[in-house]
Amino acid sequence: MNRRLLLTAALGVGTGLVARPAFATADELQAAIATFAGGATMRAGRVNLAVAPLVENGNSVPVTLTVQSPMTAADHVKAIAVFNERNPQREVVVFRLGPRAGRAVVATRIRLATSQQLVAVAQMSDGTFWSHTVDVIVTLAACVEA
Amino acid sequence: MARALITMPRTAKRGDVIEIRTLIAHPMETGYRPGEDGRIRPRDIIRRFSCHYDDGGGIDELVFSAELFPAIAANPLISFSTVATASGTLRFMWEGDNGFAQTERVSISVTA
Repeated sequence: MNRRLLLTAALGVGTGLVARPAFATADELQAAIATFAGGATMRAGRVNLAVAPLVENGNSVPVTLTVQSPMTAADHVKAIAVFNERNPQREVVVFRLGPRAGRAVVATRIRLATSQQLVAVAQMSDGTFWSHTVDVIVTLAACVEA
Repeated sequence: MARALITMPRTAKRGDVIEIRTLIAHPMETGYRPGEDGRIRPRDIIRRFSCHYDDGGGIDELVFSAELFPAIAANPLISFSTVATASGTLRFMWEGDNGFAQTERVSISVTA
């Protein structure tokens, strides 16, 4: 009886440990996005995150963010944020734009610790939030953690 | 002073959207990586980048900014655009950990 209990307990702890990271990071990702959006509803579209689907070197991954917007004083993009699923930290970058940007196209180079999901979120001047989710496969990971 | 590269047109027509590419030499140490002694190296990143457009006539406006996190690659590259409104100076600022601060200025001449 004791042994069975112990085994069950051990199994429970084991599966708990294995299953936790995947759920935790997905939850953390949603939490980070919700914090950025202030709990506003998110719709898919208008923003595009361009990244190679197969990344050879996670230390430097070029990404380009494009948002469909006229970029006028009345209707423009206020911010574009990028989040990741499995780096040590969920936030990647937040760009702040305005009508003076002229065009809602920004590019940078990021680190990816492993194959994972990337989410781009655009905040418009009318208060709406738009998102685009991309899956990337990384063959050589960035040295972001031990 | 870290080496900074800024690529942008020096002349433009009023109303043109110009593309600006900035690159600065910086390790962007994540704070999650162990060093040779096995201990985690302290974080050393650029946390903020901004670009102001000074039109020379008293208007100095923030046109673009970015908040950077450890997931930005070393020697951060940031490419964005702005509207050429008047001849003046664009001021680029990088600020980060350990008191890192650098400012670069590039002038632009805008024709009507």
